[in-house]
Amino acid sequence: MYPFRFQRPLSETETYTALTSSPTARAIAGGTTLVDLMRDTVERPDLVVDINPLPWRAVETTGRGLRIGALARMSDVAATPGLAASHRVLVEALLASAAPQIRNMASIGGNLMQRTRCPYFRDPAVSQCNKKTHNAGCAAIGGYNREHAIFGTSDQCVATHPSDLAVALLALDAQLVLRSRNGERRSMLEEFMLLPGGTPMREHDIIPGELIAAVEIPANALGRQSRYIKIRDRGSFEFALVSAAVALDMRGGTVHGARIAVGGVGTKPWRLRQVESALVGFPINEDRLNLAMNHVAIGAKPLAENGFKVELLKRTLKRTIHEAGAIA
Amino acid sequence: MSGPTTQSPPEKPMIGIGLLRVDGRRKVTGAARYAAEFLVPNQPNGQNLAYAVFLGADIARGSIATIDITKAEQADGVVGILTFKNAPRLHDAASVKGVADPKSGSRLVPLQDEHVRFFGQPVALAVARTLEQAQHAASLIEVQYKAEAPSIDFDTATPRHVGNTSHGDAEAAFAQAAAKIEATYDIARENHQPMELHATLAEWQGEKLTLHEKTQGVVNTAEIVAAQFGLKPEDVTVISPFVGGAFGSALRVWPHTIMAAMAARQFKCPVKLILSRRQMVTSVGYRPRSRQKVRLGADANAKLTAIIHEATGETSSFETYVENVLTSTGFLHNCTNVATRYSTVALDTGTPTPMRGPGVSTGLYALESAMDELAYAAGIDPIELRLRNEPDKDLAKNLPFSSRATKECYRIGAQRFGWSKRAAQPGTMRDGHWRLGYGMATATYPSNQDKADVRVIFDIGGTVRVETAASDIGPGTYTSLTQIASDNLGIGIEHITVDLGDTRFPKAPSEGGSKTLATAGSATLAVCRDARQQLAALVGEENVADPPKWRAIFRRQGKRQLVVTGGSATADSREGFSCNAFGAIFAEVAVDADTGQIKVRRLTGVYGLGRIVNPRLTRSQVLGGMMQGIGMALLERTRLDPRFGNPTDGNLADYLIPVCKDAPLVDIVFVNEDDPHVNPLGVKGVGEIALCGIAPAIANAVYHATGKRVRALPILPENLMA
Amino acid sequence: MDDVTRRHFLHGTGIAGSMSLLDPLGGQALAKPSAHALLHAPALAPAHAKTAPPPPPPSPFAVPVSLTVNGQKHDLVLDPRSSLLDTLREHLGLTGTKKGCDQGACGACTVLVDGRRVLSCLTLAAVASGSDVETIEGVADAHGKLHPVQQAFVDHDAFQCGYCTPGQIMSGIACIHEGHAGTDEEVKEWMSGNLCRCGAYVNIVAAIRDASAKS
Repeated sequence: MYPFRFQRPLSETETYTALTSSPTARAIAGGTTLVDLMRDTVERPDLVVDINPLPWRAVETTGRGLRIGALARMSDVAATPGLAASHRVLVEALLASAAPQIRNMASIGGNLMQRTRCPYFRDPAVSQCNKKTHNAGCAAIGGYNREHAIFGTSDQCVATHPSDLAVALLALDAQLVLRSRNGERRSMLEEFMLLPGGTPMREHDIIPGELIAAVEIPANALGRQSRYIKIRDRGSFEFALVSAAVALDMRGGTVHGARIAVGGVGTKPWRLRQVESALVGFPINEDRLNLAMNHVAIGAKPLAENGFKVELLKRTLKRTIHEAGAIA
Repeated sequence: MSGPTTQSPPEKPMIGIGLLRVDGRRKVTGAARYAAEFLVPNQPNGQNLAYAVFLGADIARGSIATIDITKAEQADGVVGILTFKNAPRLHDAASVKGVADPKSGSRLVPLQDEHVRFFGQPVALAVARTLEQAQHAASLIEVQYKAEAPSIDFDTATPRHVGNTSHGDAEAAFAQAAAKIEATYDIARENHQPMELHATLAEWQGEKLTLHEKTQGVVNTAEIVAAQFGLKPEDVTVISPFVGGAFGSALRVWPHTIMAAMAARQFKCPVKLILSRRQMVTSVGYRPRSRQKVRLGADANAKLTAIIHEATGETSSFETYVENVLTSTGFLHNCTNVATRYSTVALDTGTPTPMRGPGVSTGLYALESAMDELAYAAGIDPIELRLRNEPDKDLAKNLPFSSRATKECYRIGAQRFGWSKRAAQPGTMRDGHWRLGYGMATATYPSNQDKADVRVIFDIGGTVRVETAASDIGPGTYTSLTQIASDNLGIGIEHITVDLGDTRFPKAPSEGGSKTLATAGSATLAVCRDARQQLAALVGEENVADPPKWRAIFRRQGKRQLVVTGGSATADSREGFSCNAFGAIFAEVAVDADTGQIKVRRLTGVYGLGRIVNPRLTRSQVLGGMMQGIGMALLERTRLDPRFGNPTDGNLADYLIPVCKDAPLVDIVFVNEDDPHVNPLGVKGVGEIALCGIAPAIANAVYHATGKRVRALPILPENLMA
Repeated sequence: MDDVTRRHFLHGTGIAGSMSLLDPLGGQALAKPSAHALLHAPALAPAHAKTAPPPPPPSPFAVPVSLTVNGQKHDLVLDPRSSLLDTLREHLGLTGTKKGCDQGACGACTVLVDGRRVLSCLTLAAVASGSDVETIEGVADAHGKLHPVQQAFVDHDAFQCGYCTPGQIMSGIACIHEGHAGTDEEVKEWMSGNLCRCGAYVNIVAAIRDASAKS
């Protein structure tokens, strides 16, 4: 781990001042992503700014809908009374994440800022990574890539976005409240997460010194009939091979609205709008699901080892839609 | 199993009781100290402690062109940097072979030359005042390599034949067989991944070296370290009372141990070196990737007429590691024509080392999978196939078995597991979207015994100490030796302490190969019997069991201690017998019909292990083997990128071992087995057989669930998405 | 039968709990080992215990860190890189908390911070400053009576090598406190953050269920 200065500012203003005082400054909340990456020398901040004193922990209902403070811990959000009924997909995604200890530490904002698990990215001995070094090449494309993405990849990067939470939030049309010394702005989660394209080092639409202050889920989100299903090799404590977040608005046995996002398959959480469209206006049955699944693979670019993810995703998604639809 | 027992009157035998671990309290309070924990900087002796962190090569083959330590040397807190340019020259001592050193080849002595033989090989050592400073300094060392294209790919490299065995004429018999199975089975490379990181704490006093070391054998460690430093073994003290798991990874002396001692001598301070989890993958061995081809021939009654079993395993470019993949093939089932052939593939990688159930678990996966294939091909139950091929002696050695409980294991296991509910047709049992499958396999592992010495000390304080250099890496040797000592001294366990893991104690072999109880246990038995007689001669037979009484007699006689030292060697009673443990494993798996996810629901293991000294601890060891077997079958693999030679599973989030959620329902039974031949205690050892047979039972159950035969471990969901 | 302690591996966690390491103002070592400390010094290097050797030079970026560990307050000056885990093990001598991966992937380093189970390897000590930390050394009562979860781990043989055990126990205490020990399946899920390579899971589940039933 490279040496760094540590500061714990006590006000929001001081926090922004600290964060903008160095181009490599990093904010720390739970530390579950940052400390690990610093230890592997992937992250080398010269200043670490403790943002935990900021008052962004509440989970509350506002005029806009549900607002989750960015410093709320994953475990606390998951345990919010009533949330499992109103936003089941969110609670299921949180509880499918990592392990209890990590959920006690990790903040919502930090979860959304977490970086890929690509082993080539994390191994300090591997230099061929465009995320680590501009134009260094991508070792994963010609290497072991079973866990890598099939959606949103580029010839520069195929690393999977690892968050479960972000997938659920995408299915809930979440937007982020971003604050900096310049004030506050909002960004749809889907736009906040960037595709690697030719700049895989740039992962988020965020400016230096800006922080995620809160996540907002609109009041009209389809949280009530929603499910999150995660497929992985072992029973627990593992990142998703494939996951699906489905939120439905069922009226009279027919899909009136649908939001579908999937994880473990994209360089960012991946929305499947064509599958949503294929469901709207129809009851959920095997034929309709099979028709809808024809839209899953659009744009998929499997690599040498992860072609199975296309079919696995279809099957996982079908089951998730079935189960979301079955919620009374 | 008996209930919780912490004390017992001496008249009641302790052997056979499920005594709670005598070191349990220390382990649940954090008081048990492991290698890296014997010295911290703020302790009186620790204030000049330095931390060492090594830098591993990031190429797999080639040499160091330049190595620049300027930045590292100038970093805060740095005591010094060692590279091949400034490190002291050591002896390669190639002729001094340690317990798990391959017979052929020469061990890697660190920092002696510019050659790079594998990715992760230590190329420099940073020593600094704090751990953080040492870690950072290591990352500042700049190495330029002359890289050569490495040979990493097991599939394309050329195997080299290293040995074969045969009885009868297997090729001819196979050619004429009525029924034939011919299949190839792969197992991925696995890493031991004990929870404790390997660590060394080294300090010199003049020309004497003390090591607190994670090791399965303090005596072996002292001998090998001494040879490399040109010392006498008695000048190296190795202390290792607790070992946080090892499973074979701590059987050898690895370069990091040597580097810690090197740095401690060079910088004249105690040095603590702890491997990172990433370094654990490349620094302390692994179970080699293997490919096995099995050909089974049978007659019309499904009686085996031929077994031809060929195996290829990886090894390094500088040592030829060979393991006993094929040794059980000759005797597990009844077949008069058996041929085996072992080959290695030398790659630019570190050397493999024994990992739990070494060789045997690998071979059994292939053999027991092939037996399952034969059962389906012949249309008979897998148990029935084994019963038809039950041998009455070891045909490979042409010796009777000292004991063999397979038939009883099949019968009891089938009954307890509910084998009769198994549908004959694969792919037909369902539970909702889960496909269910039952599978079974036979397990075996050799029951060896070695020579060990033990010292018994009766102290005027009224305590009895039993000392031997054997280790307890987790099975409960402290506890089982306490039980054996109590029965054979005739003194209650509350008066007895067992001390292990220290070269200052009488010699005992490394803890490996499931022979510790047979070896140190038999020695404890022999020495305690002798010691009891000597004590009785001194204090009178009637006072032996009553320490306060012999305390008084000691005092009257002006005697502070009675010390009795002795030992035992391999028992003569083994002569003329093939000594092995046997068992039968039954597995129920559920395979998600859509996603291919696999869940092991139940495991039943029935074993003949001779005498069970402590049923509680024996069961725990089997439980552990079952969990590792689940890992072997479904999760574990280390893959080296063939371009760079780097493992892509350098993190416990990437190298998957089972978690609590993966634990199945288990049923573990030990059949009554009185083996008068195997050793004086009549014990067979359990650590290795606990893993053997689990993976094939699970793989066979996966086939039964899905009708799909996956002939490679780990079995992954994508293999089963119909 | 709990104490097989011998002269060469003395008295567990030693001395560090009894004094703070560094003067919070000057960053200088308090080189005054207590009589207790000298009596219980480990055997390594018994021949030449140093008197007042130089302390490890603090990082130029050293920060004051205040931690209450098992009820005892420690005012430290630490390199900001120090994890809570390394602070406990290498600075405070509380080696009961284990380092299994230093990657947040095994749970061996689990401690309670302000009553919640967390991974001390991914916690910077500086971020934890001001917190109450409970480690395995603080779990038994003042008379040495084991905590019910500790006792259940002994009774159910819920470990072999013992290395993951302190983390399992801290996690198990929290698991019960959180209300996640109602069924075997629930315990399996909520204890999956603690790896055990010896594979004692079946016994760990039994121990936690037993302790939960008794609490």
